[in-house]
Amino acid sequence: MASTQAMCSSFKQELLTGTHVIGTDVLKIALYLDAATLGAATTAYSATNEVANSGTYTAGGSTVTFNAPALTGTTAYAGPTSASTVSWTSFTATGFSAALIYNSTKTNKAISVHTFASQSITAGTFTITFPTNAAGTAILNLA
Amino acid sequence: MALITTIHGDMEEVLLEKRVGSEETDTEIINWVEYWYNSELVHRSVHMHLKQGLDVFGETATFS
Repeated sequence: MASTQAMCSSFKQELLTGTHVIGTDVLKIALYLDAATLGAATTAYSATNEVANSGTYTAGGSTVTFNAPALTGTTAYAGPTSASTVSWTSFTATGFSAALIYNSTKTNKAISVHTFASQSITAGTFTITFPTNAAGTAILNLA
Repeated sequence: MALITTIHGDMEEVLLEKRVGSEETDTEIINWVEYWYNSELVHRSVHMHLKQGLDVFGETATFS
């Protein structure tokens, strides 16, 4: 089994309770192996099937700074600054295909799962560039 | 001279065979760089550009 790209269901409920303060809370992104089964049902960060510590990658992943949520028309959106990046250097990992964005300020509550073609890095750099932070393309969109 | 971090430590780039490539899917664009030494992969880096994020659509019910 593999992970499934999704906005976590628990996150949707937590939006209604005002749990998350996107743009203020510290959000992090962690990488997961092909064996992980993250998806809509994921509720919090877990080290199970996370890539191992290597180079500058340590358990829990890295901080990703989100801009304050914005509104264009009827779409509210949030994400890192357009084309901003997160990267890990001197990194080695084989067969990983998912990233979990979660809220480390709020007991590591899960936000979203992003999947991609399985990757392997050898003593190198893995860089993620985030999409344009605009309605429809941002990491998180509520339409 | 450029040094490349490899599984054998830093090595001079001129000693290595460099290979580059890219892939594009519906969700991301991936560019990769590999360095080989004596037919052994000693370095691989990847730059992944996410195309777009996730959508949630809200609905409201009508009063009856």
